[in-house]
Amino acid sequence: MRPPSRVREMPILRVVARALVPVILLFGLYVQFHGDFGPGGGFQAGVIFAAGLIIFALTFGVEALRQAVPVVLTERLMAAGVLLYGAVGVLAMFLGGEFLNYSALDPLTTGHHGQHLGIIAIELGVGIAVAATIMRVYYAFVGRRPDGDGETREAALGAGPGEGTP
Amino acid sequence: MIEKIVVLEVVLPLLAAPVCVLVRHPRLCRLLSLGVVAVCLAIAVAVLLEVRGGGVISYQLGGWPPPLGIEYRVSTVNAYLLALVTAMALVVFSFDSRGGPPRVPEPRRHLYYAVFLLCISGLLGIAITGDAFNIFVFLEISSLSSYILVSLGGHRRAVLSAFYYLVMGTIGGVFFMLGVGLLYQVTGTLNLRDIAARLEPSLDDRGTVLALALLVVGVSIKLAVFPLHHWLPNAYSFAPPKVSAFLAATATKVSFYLLAMILFTIFGAPFVFEELRLQAVLLPLSILAMFLASGAAIFQTDLRRLLAYSSVAQIGYMTLGLSTANVTGLAGGLVHLFNHAVMKGGLFLVVACLLYRVGSVHIDALAGIGRRMPLTAAALVIGGLSLIGVPGTVGFVSKWYLVSGVLERGWTAAAVLILLSSLLALVYVGKVVEAVYFRKPAETQPIDHVREAPLGMLAPAWVLAVAAVFFGLTTNWTYGVAREAAELLLAGGI
Repeated sequence: MRPPSRVREMPILRVVARALVPVILLFGLYVQFHGDFGPGGGFQAGVIFAAGLIIFALTFGVEALRQAVPVVLTERLMAAGVLLYGAVGVLAMFLGGEFLNYSALDPLTTGHHGQHLGIIAIELGVGIAVAATIMRVYYAFVGRRPDGDGETREAALGAGPGEGTP
Repeated sequence: MIEKIVVLEVVLPLLAAPVCVLVRHPRLCRLLSLGVVAVCLAIAVAVLLEVRGGGVISYQLGGWPPPLGIEYRVSTVNAYLLALVTAMALVVFSFDSRGGPPRVPEPRRHLYYAVFLLCISGLLGIAITGDAFNIFVFLEISSLSSYILVSLGGHRRAVLSAFYYLVMGTIGGVFFMLGVGLLYQVTGTLNLRDIAARLEPSLDDRGTVLALALLVVGVSIKLAVFPLHHWLPNAYSFAPPKVSAFLAATATKVSFYLLAMILFTIFGAPFVFEELRLQAVLLPLSILAMFLASGAAIFQTDLRRLLAYSSVAQIGYMTLGLSTANVTGLAGGLVHLFNHAVMKGGLFLVVACLLYRVGSVHIDALAGIGRRMPLTAAALVIGGLSLIGVPGTVGFVSKWYLVSGVLERGWTAAAVLILLSSLLALVYVGKVVEAVYFRKPAETQPIDHVREAPLGMLAPAWVLAVAAVFFGLTTNWTYGVAREAAELLLAGGI
């Protein structure tokens, strides 16, 4: 889907977006990895990261974003994020603790190092899942025809064979 | 050993769902789901054997001790539910639906399995957890996934009935959430046992009574208690038949457990049934459900709608057992969870067989089908007899204990009404059997091409039909467990 011509002719919008998008993405990563020292965490970081990419799509077209982040990739990342979260919990079980008992992740030190490791890992899972989900929701919305006859244009978005057939 | 892995009941299906999304291969996903459900069933049975006789398994998630941390607490009551849900899930998953629900094209079928696994995980989570907010989260997981599953039915109206189910279910969820919020305000804790202990001095608090009202109404919507049942007939009759079989056999059962747990464990039988006299509401509603829903079932022309209305009536029997608030009656209600799951699950699988071969389950389209599909029709008859409550089937066992429990309370009229309502079941089952065996096929709908359903479909349906007879003759396991669970609930434990 190409952006409406008015947006393409707005140089200010394009220049500002080009400058802002990398900063927004970087800020998303900051919120992600600084979440255990300050305000933030996986959910907020995921939303910020996805929002940066959606701004990119709004200015340069969904097609451009789809080349960078294919629809199938968002679907896989959604699942991978959840799995990462769960895998940390199961790993803790294998190391002799309860499900999601992060202290078991680092049995050698007596401090809270294991808790630290665990929370970073699961928040990364949350961040990936949230960012991917928001982008998938965005793809689903822009793939829908405005006349609303129920047909989706996801097949046109290259989401895979049979994608979106009712 | 078993107390260390009890959490896998929820974790395995929950993590198998994203694995299905990553694998993207329908056959592999089906095998994975079957394997996961089989392991869950094995764990559930081991847990049930472990906790029988008054044992309790407490699991602290993340190593945080309750009441601050989330606690999974399994006693006979929840172990019974876990075994029921996993067993029904295994039977339904082993049903080979030959291409899955019609609206799911091949490239997306892995998502169907992922959603199914999420639904199972949510239901098991509600049954296993001992934390009020955790229950809400799992309630939403199971509800959201069942809306999706219902919407996958072949008919266009499947989407509409899924949306209606979504609206009603969400209202129920909100009511439940408000109730939990009020309880948290009154007691300052979310651990169920802790709530029960701290609620004792503030039972007369207006907030407590309001919380009880909100929780009961919220769960009643999910359970489809009589005037709040309106979402159920449409959802069950337009969902894919395999989904109807699973939801009819498990979703309402878990809601029933939730209602019983709220009334007996959190608020306690003396407060609910002696001070507030909830049975004054619950008993008439149960009897109305038995009669009006059975009456509605008689006038249905579609077998699926008929079975769905019959489900509403059967839920009436369960809540009737609840409102007696004595061991026999409550055990009757609890044993009916299992018994109804077996017969209604079996009947909906029979419907799936008929739909696959005949293409319609309109009663007129089924005329004379007994000759063409003798085994399928025989399973249908066994399930139907069980719905009526003929001795030798599971339906009889439930009604026996329900009537005994009601008589123990001295409600003779209610006992008579239970027996009378069985006559209504006789009418609607008789109507189906008459068409299947004794009516000539209509000339416009020749059935010469119809053959017996394939083995992959017939076997699971027959497993449930045999179970309906087996557990109708041997009640040691089902009623034994249900009675123990009832005693535990009445004593205020879980």
